[in-house]
Amino acid sequence: MTATASNLDLYAEVTRSEASLRRFLHGLPGVDQVGADARAAGLGTRSIKTSAKVYALDLAIRMVDLTTLEGQDTPGKVRALASKAMRPDPADPSCPQVAAVCVYPDMVATAKETLDSSGVHVAAVATAFPSGRAALDIKLADTRDAVEAGADEIDMVIDRGAFLSGRYQQVFDEIVAVKQACARSNGESAHLKVIFETGELQTYDNVRRASWLAMMAGADFIKTSTGKVQPAATLPVTLIMLEAVRDFREQTGTMIGVKPAGGIRTAKDAIKYLVMVNEIAGPDWLDPDWFRFGASTLLNELLMQRTKMTTGRYSGPDYFTLD
Amino acid sequence: MNARIDVRKTYKLYIGGAFPRSESGHSYEVADSKGKFVANAALASRKDARDAVVAARKAFGGWSGRTAYNRAQILYRIAEVMEDRRPQFVQATQQSEGLSAAKADKVVDEAIDRLVWYAGWADKITQVVGNANPVAGPFFNLSTPEPTGVVAVLAPQESSLLGLVSVVAPAIVTGNTVVVVSSYDRPLPAVTFSEVLATSDVPGGVVNILTGSAATIGPWLASHMDVNAIDLTGIAGETALATDLEVAAADNLKRVRRAPAAEPDWTLDPGLEPMTAFLEIKTVWHPIGV
Repeated sequence: MTATASNLDLYAEVTRSEASLRRFLHGLPGVDQVGADARAAGLGTRSIKTSAKVYALDLAIRMVDLTTLEGQDTPGKVRALASKAMRPDPADPSCPQVAAVCVYPDMVATAKETLDSSGVHVAAVATAFPSGRAALDIKLADTRDAVEAGADEIDMVIDRGAFLSGRYQQVFDEIVAVKQACARSNGESAHLKVIFETGELQTYDNVRRASWLAMMAGADFIKTSTGKVQPAATLPVTLIMLEAVRDFREQTGTMIGVKPAGGIRTAKDAIKYLVMVNEIAGPDWLDPDWFRFGASTLLNELLMQRTKMTTGRYSGPDYFTLD
Repeated sequence: MNARIDVRKTYKLYIGGAFPRSESGHSYEVADSKGKFVANAALASRKDARDAVVAARKAFGGWSGRTAYNRAQILYRIAEVMEDRRPQFVQATQQSEGLSAAKADKVVDEAIDRLVWYAGWADKITQVVGNANPVAGPFFNLSTPEPTGVVAVLAPQESSLLGLVSVVAPAIVTGNTVVVVSSYDRPLPAVTFSEVLATSDVPGGVVNILTGSAATIGPWLASHMDVNAIDLTGIAGETALATDLEVAAADNLKRVRRAPAAEPDWTLDPGLEPMTAFLEIKTVWHPIGV
């Protein structure tokens, strides 16, 4: 909290008014789109094999936010998912547990009950997810509701309409307000992840601006997408966000986490992201506290690859739970 | 004018309805029966085999869910398109197997006829191997054959076209999807066959053709937990390798069509065994009068 408070002070000049905020965000250096794409593609060609691959797969499993965000979610499904989060591969006790289970706010209590003190966090999407089209009061009530139910992390969506029409102050104030709503009665605060829905932000410049806006407003994590819009997470977009958190730490000393979500389906993709985290942000971010994958199908792929590494033969989807 | 420059081809694999290069980037030289260079073929790696299994698994639901009648139409369509490309098949068979033009012509005839023959079986095999069983109780008791799933096929090494068709067609006609490792020394008829498949209404992934070594790729397919059956015809006579693959296949209880001592005579009537090898019999009990 103190770090966030001091960051607010640090950028008090910037965030004082709509005009100063716009001046700052539009003053950020533009993103070289071709360069970003090429750099991301280049990092994607690194070959990660044998023991490094074993390490990367386990790390990736520990970074997964196992997600179910469907209208058809039932308490039974959430319980099953939570059980899987604690013991992803029941056949192999050495398999690590995932970072968190990500559900809608009304399912938080159910997930919390199953996860109990396992160390797996419960993340809840709030603020009228996925569109973010609701009045601020409702978004705040949504957030408080999830926090009271026991959510450790809140994934909020920004108001893309306001952002795209240049009402940065409104977006900023909303993040600050939601951050306050994350506070618990015991003085602690749920971690806040801010979702940009980069597939709707149109340009890489906007991704960079949104990253800075959210970081200045007190986000603990910045997250690419809801998973409901295509394209969801891509390597270049994540690269820009990683650059932003790296630069932010240089300026303020505060570390912010990054979470690509949606569209990451294969173990190979996940490893590409890890290579990029290491190369762009640095090895400090190679930790579930600072980097997460928002995914559902990815976990089975990681488990299959992990099984391949331990047994020496290819595994199949028949041997893992459906989710 | 100078003589025209040769178009030296490097053929690719056929996986999931697309023609990718080998993930390994490797290729190998293919020579004709007299040892003269003909073309380069992709040398499939274990990862290509893995990708092919994923593609075959993905295609299985759709393919096995089609009506037998429709599968017959599609197999017949393969035969039609092969007929259209007959000269290319004759040439490829001649080059790879060292046959005379007349003999190669006959082999291509046989291959096309075999497809037509299997096409006819699509909506008949159930009647022949299925049954209404008499049971001591008030039940209808019906046994019906169902496809085994994803079948890995090590295709014959000698007979590069007729042999290939004779192992692929019986597996797919009943609704299985296949990952085929073609003849190592004679891969080009298989490559041309894959081009036919791509243009004859066969959904992508139903047949995946890898050019490369059965000895290298075979063990990965035999131990693959998502492959339901393996046909070892392509390693006929290699007893030690065949035993190893059978042992690996036991891990997930794969159906194994065992390697023969020597490559069979493909011109003979194949009978039903090639089809029934990759069928599972499901028996349903249904109360009468309810």
